[in-house]
Formats: sequence, C-alpha cells, structure tokens
Amino acid sequence: MSIETFYEVMRRQGISRRSFLKYCSLTAASLGLAPTMAPKIAEAMETKPRTPVIWLHGLECTCCSESFIRSAHPLAKDVVLSMLSLDYDDTLMAAAGHQAEEIIAEIRRKYKGNFILAVEGNPPLNEDGMFCIHGGRPFVEVLKETAADAKAIISWGACASWGCVQAAKPNPTRATPVHKVITDKPIIKVPGCPPIAEVMTAVVTYMLTFDRIPELDRQGRPKMFYGQRIHDKCYRRPNFDAGQFVEEWDDEAARKGYCLYKMGCKGPTTYNACSTTRWNGGVSFPIQSGHGCIGCSEDGFWDKGGFYNRVTDIKQFGVESNADKVGGTVAAVAGAAVVAHAAVSALSKARSGKEEQNKGGK
Amino acid sequence: MSVKAEVDESAITAAGNTIYVYEAPVRAWHWINVLCIVTLAITGWFIASPLPSVGGEASDHFLMGYIRFGHFAAGYIFAIGLLVRLYWAFAGNHHAKQLFMLPVTDKEWWSGLLQELRWYMFIEKYPKKYVGHNPLGHLFMFFAITLGGTFMIVTGFALYGEGAQAGSWSNVLFTSWVIPLFGQSQSVHSWHHLLAWGIVCFVILHVYTAIREDMMSRQTMISAIIDGKRTFRE
Repeated sequence: MSIETFYEVMRRQGISRRSFLKYCSLTAASLGLAPTMAPKIAEAMETKPRTPVIWLHGLECTCCSESFIRSAHPLAKDVVLSMLSLDYDDTLMAAAGHQAEEIIAEIRRKYKGNFILAVEGNPPLNEDGMFCIHGGRPFVEVLKETAADAKAIISWGACASWGCVQAAKPNPTRATPVHKVITDKPIIKVPGCPPIAEVMTAVVTYMLTFDRIPELDRQGRPKMFYGQRIHDKCYRRPNFDAGQFVEEWDDEAARKGYCLYKMGCKGPTTYNACSTTRWNGGVSFPIQSGHGCIGCSEDGFWDKGGFYNRVTDIKQFGVESNADKVGGTVAAVAGAAVVAHAAVSALSKARSGKEEQNKGGK
Repeated sequence: MSVKAEVDESAITAAGNTIYVYEAPVRAWHWINVLCIVTLAITGWFIASPLPSVGGEASDHFLMGYIRFGHFAAGYIFAIGLLVRLYWAFAGNHHAKQLFMLPVTDKEWWSGLLQELRWYMFIEKYPKKYVGHNPLGHLFMFFAITLGGTFMIVTGFALYGEGAQAGSWSNVLFTSWVIPLFGQSQSVHSWHHLLAWGIVCFVILHVYTAIREDMMSRQTMISAIIDGKRTFRE
C-alpha cells in the first residue's frame, strides 16, 4: 500500500480543489509567509506523504488539546482529518486499550525516524516515574522509548516546555520538562497554558509543509510566534506610553480600557502571539477582556508570586516581600547605620579632641 | 598594568603636601555618574511604580514614554561613561587603574583593609594616608561601580533590547543571552530592580564616608573630586 498524500486524503473526504487552495493560502497567511508561498504549500500537500504524529499525554490538564481542537485557521478538523496523520492521541482517538497501544508500536516500526512526537504534559521522575502511568507503565518510559524513534519532538504547552504548575516548588513528583529528559532530539517548544490554537496548528503545518522545524530562538521556541512580547503589539500600548493605568478592577480607567500594567499584567515580559493572533478565532485575548496577562508562556511563571503584582515577590525574604521592600529595608538600614556611625564618630572625635587639649594643657 | 596597595611614602604624603590624583576625565565622569544615577534611580522607580494616571486621550500624553526615555538616555550615558572610563584606565595616570583591579595578592593591601575596618569600628585611633582609594574604599568601589555598574548595564540593555526587538544591537548583544540565562524577562526585571537598591545603598555610604573621611582622615576628599588635588594633613 502506497502512503497517501495530504491532498489525496482531503479529496477523498470531499474537500474541493477550490477549498484546498483556499486553505493553502490561508495557511501561508497565518504563517506570515509571502502569498507566493501558497502554491508551494499546495505542492507539498499534493506530493508529500503524510507524516504520522504520535501525541502523548503526561502530567497535564488537557488544556492544550482543548485549545488545539478549537483552531480556526486552519480548522482543527482539517488538521486532524486531512493534514496531520494524527495516528495516536489517546484523548481524541476511538481505539482504546491494547488496540491503541499497538498503534504506537506499529508507527515506531513502520516510520522509524520519520514521525513527529507531540508531547502534552511532562514526565514526573520521582519514585521511578510512578506518579504518571501510561498504559500500565510509567509515562517517562513510554516517552523515552517513543522519542528514540521520532524525527522531532513538539513540546506542547508550559508543562512540556517548562514544567508548569505541577513543577511548582517544592515539586513533589519532580515533574520535569521534556527537553531535560530527552536530550538527543530536536525539540520545538510551544509554550503557553494552553498555547494558542492557531500557533499549534501552524507549527504542525509548517513542519509538514517544509519538512523541517521552524526557526527557533535560544529557548527553543518558534521565532515567528514567540519573537515579540505581548506588550510590543498590545492594543492598549498607547495607554501605557501615555501613562494611563487601571488602578482598581472596577475604576473608571478599567471601564475605559486603560493599560493593566499596574494590575500586574505580564505583557511586557511575555513572549507570545496573543496580542496579534488572539484567541477563539481572533475574538479576544486576556487583555482585551480586561484582565492582565499572567505570562503563562514564560518559564517559571507559576513561581513568580502573585499574578497581580507589578514587582515580583521574592519569597526568600519572606512571603510578602519584593525588590522594593527588600531594597528599601536595606537602604533604610544603611541610612540608619550611617546616622549611628556619624554620631559615634562625632563623639569619639570630640573625646579625642578633649584628650589632646588635656595633653596640651599638661 | 599593575595596581599596588596605595601605602604612602611619607615624602609624598607629608602634611601640607598636595598631589594631583583625579585627572579631569575622571572628575567629569564622577559628576556625570552622579547625574546619571540620580536620574536612573528616579525614573526607574516610576517605571516599576508609575505615577497616577493622566486623563484625556492617550494621544495627548507621553508621560510614561518620557520617563522611560529618560531612563534609557541616562542608561546609555552611564554605559558609555564606564567604557570611556575603562579607556582612561590605560590612558590616564596610575590612580585611574585602581577602579578596575583589586590587588588581592598584595599582603599589604589586605592588612591595610583590616586596618581601615578597625578605623571604622573605632578601634584604630588614626587612619593611614592614601594617595588614591584606601583599601576599604577600593573594595567598595570595585564591587559597587565596576561590578554592580556592569551588572546594571548588562541587564539594563537586555531589557532595553526587548523593546528594541530582534536584530537591534542591544537585542543581539545582550537580550539574546541574558534572558535565557535568568530564565525569563520578569526575573531580569527583579534582579535589575534589586541591584538598583544596592546602588542606592552605595550612594548613601559613599557620600557619608566621603564626608566623614574629609573631616576625620588625614587627607582631603571632597575638594579632591572637584579640583583633582589631594592635600595631606597631620
């Protein structure tokens, strides 16, 4: 049996050539490519065999999957049914039990070194990985085994990329991001809690179309979606520059839609595409809905104190501490020390002056 | 280029003697830094804790923008100043090298440091005379300005490069490695903020010790950073 191309599968499912071409140009646009790239995408889809994808779930909450199935450009159904040969995803697939697990073995055999492994969630390493069991075995074993035959790995979400809440201090299960467990494969991190649906499908589409992984930044994230901060493209940026801030959740400024910087918005420190791509088919994103960004695509966002603090808590100096409190206290102590030291200096000088006078008198 | 403990030779530091220590570029740099640090501290505070909101249309105001501009401009001047100062360590007199090197292998420097500490704890009755920095001041300067200042410049330009975006020189030179090193941008903000308080403490202690030394030690301090000449007393 020859392996079907994407185009053949799409046609078989009743998608017209016109819709197919439309889809190709939409994909080109959503990837930020030139219009001339649309035919290239079409050609790739017509000629390339489908790359199978295994989607594993570790310690996670399934919000990545929930986001993924809501992709509008391209539609998740297009991705799952037509583009992506999502051969294994225990949450989305019909098969279960041994039948399902058999598929992983089959893909590893048939497409050795040629399939993409998408990981949602991460493996806990404590107690030999017993905190997360997949098909009767520790997830970390399944992950290592499957990754060994994969071409590349996609780390979905903050869990797989950074660790997320299950890795929050003190991290009792030692939940560990994928790149610290698998070190010999190219890993594409798609952080966010969850990542934006369109970003997820676009990363997959890019890899299938161009047969290579997208350009990554130093932290392993695709530059095209994580190259700018939320703040850089935020529609409330003019209010920030003007100095117009929300001070309370129910004040006039909040109603007017001023900048949420003082409410602890992490837009200025978060690299993601929320302010450009937005969510739910471009309907909105947190800041547009009146709530600051919590920085969910950044490493360690879960351990950086309150989501509503501008200046981050520094727990090492007490629960309610931050740079201003620590620094202000140290500066006050320094100031007090200076005053005390000056007083003692003056006293000792006065005394030694008297002594010298006395000496002179004798 | 070697820096030795500046233990006096009594010929130079005899009472009434005056010696030219701080050359014009060093003095200019000092006072430029004063302005920069004051500007950076004030604007930095208002970047982390902005002023109350202004009313009206956003297009009528640029308050936060101007505060940030002030911070960035002062940061640039501070950074360029440190670079020029580094050049002057080579071009200037041997006192100009002191800021960039600690003579940690010099036993005399260490004993001078202990002696100076004792003087500050009121154990020693008289301080020694030094042409340049005394060992304690030398150590303090090295950590606060040379290391602390460099840290602030590196983290500062890393944060600046985020706004300047990929491809800008600050992004390529600093943001690209500093942000991954700290894990994420917010952590860089926190450390930049914390060390800023360190510089504030430095200023408090620096001003105090300079005035105190001027009054109590055996050489002039304040006039020395104005006209560059240090006069020794009994």
